[in-house]
Amino acid sequence: MPQVTFKVWRGNKDGGQFTDYQTDVTEGMVVLDAVHQIQAESAPDLACRWNCKAGKCGSCSAEVNGMPRLMCMTRMEDLPTDQPVTIEPMQAFPLIRDLVCDVSWNFEIKTKIKKFKPRKPDAEDGTWRMVQDDVDRVQEFRKCIECFLCQNVCHVLRDHHKHETFIGPRFIAYTAALEMHPLDTEDRLADLKDDNGLGYCNITKCCTKVCPEHITLTDNAIIPLKERVVDEYYDPIKKLFRMFKPKK
Amino acid sequence: MSQSSLSLPQQRGLGQTQRRDAWWLQPLVVFLGLGAFVVYSTWAAFQGANYEFGPYLSPMYSPLLFDAGTLFGQASVGHHTWFGAWPAWIPAFIPASPALIILTIPAGFRFTCYYYRGAYYKAFWADPLNCAVGEPRNGYRGENFWPLLIQNIHRYMFYLAALYIVVLTYDAVIATQFQDDWAAKGGKMLFGGEARAGFGIGVGTLVMTLNVILLGGYTFGCHCARHFSGGNSDHHSKLPMGKKPYECISCLNRNHMKWAWTSLIWVGFTDFYIRMLAAGVWTDWRLF
Repeated sequence: MPQVTFKVWRGNKDGGQFTDYQTDVTEGMVVLDAVHQIQAESAPDLACRWNCKAGKCGSCSAEVNGMPRLMCMTRMEDLPTDQPVTIEPMQAFPLIRDLVCDVSWNFEIKTKIKKFKPRKPDAEDGTWRMVQDDVDRVQEFRKCIECFLCQNVCHVLRDHHKHETFIGPRFIAYTAALEMHPLDTEDRLADLKDDNGLGYCNITKCCTKVCPEHITLTDNAIIPLKERVVDEYYDPIKKLFRMFKPKK
Repeated sequence: MSQSSLSLPQQRGLGQTQRRDAWWLQPLVVFLGLGAFVVYSTWAAFQGANYEFGPYLSPMYSPLLFDAGTLFGQASVGHHTWFGAWPAWIPAFIPASPALIILTIPAGFRFTCYYYRGAYYKAFWADPLNCAVGEPRNGYRGENFWPLLIQNIHRYMFYLAALYIVVLTYDAVIATQFQDDWAAKGGKMLFGGEARAGFGIGVGTLVMTLNVILLGGYTFGCHCARHFSGGNSDHHSKLPMGKKPYECISCLNRNHMKWAWTSLIWVGFTDFYIRMLAAGVWTDWRLF
């Protein structure tokens, strides 16, 4: 049963430092197990948010050896244990304590995105008819568990702190799910371009890389929306066609 | 541009990270790969010579609007040229090289390509160096303002690049039509026999054909093509040509990075191969 050293970030918004803890690692353990073991053995006051331990609640987001990950889905056998394993909180959100961040900014952003506005019902009983082919694409975005790892790794938020002007990959994908929905009639392109800062994304694909649900955020949500914004605001030929297109 | 009013952790400096893996490797490889190609293609473009051999024409010089070869000692205008010899009305300060005119299209297409943007922002501008790695500067404007707003021109570059594929396909077809003097220039039959004029397949033909295939996979798998084939519609069941084109392009698009790199390397190699043949360094082998 090998003993592994963990360097865990301890502190609050005023500052902190890495503290070393040793604990035994057994077969099948994930990082969250190790954190719980450290809590039980040597640091009962270590703050850590978790819930399902199955990669579905998105609570235990942190940075393990520098990469944003869900602690419950990071297996110890996949990490090099010959040197200390670092665990620190997400960097793009205000720290509350130890490994726990205040992610409430994300929920505030979500309220500002225009809501789903369906067309008139297709049937007299107030229901709609959709073809599976039309909703295939948006169903991918519904897999999101809101762990906010994509928000955390995005350098626009993480390094440049553009929280006031950029909504981040999670909410671009949320907008894409609404915007591409076959029943939706709302137009969110102006908001995306001006208020939500779609142009800040410079396509590093880091969000796609860290998504535990393997949502292809950049290629399936961000770039398609960038192209729609180009259609609407930057393509002179499209503009010309629109001018001469008969109004419905 | 307002910064966040949230109380956020301190920004990390250049290269600061807790990552243990070789995060520096990817941007380094991109830097060296793209840098090497830019240096080579610029050098090749300024040569203005050794861009055709027998039925082969370098993709960096295609379409050969005007042949500058006669200015460099070539006896006559090559048969690839569209409008004859390099005209006298082109100002002397413009180097006599057709490639300098032609290369702007593929260069512009690749410069504005969504894959390359992400890659060269990391490798050449460290914005960011890699995921979860500290950056050298605090200020950031992204593609929201000039000059990077110009990246939105990508679809126009796509239109031109698609035409370019048609031209290169034509070149690959022409590369099967060998002339009488091919053997005299140094070409050899791989399996013996007489080198007759007319239809044939040489190693150069295969090199040029593969070049078109790779460039086609890259160009028609681009995000703009995906957008036009159905990405811009919320009703895939009602697309005029059905869902198949969107699905095929999406399939190519999933490997866009691989197409981008293989096509880039092969364009460089195709030019190099034909250059070596024209310079008499390598021998062109004809299969039949």
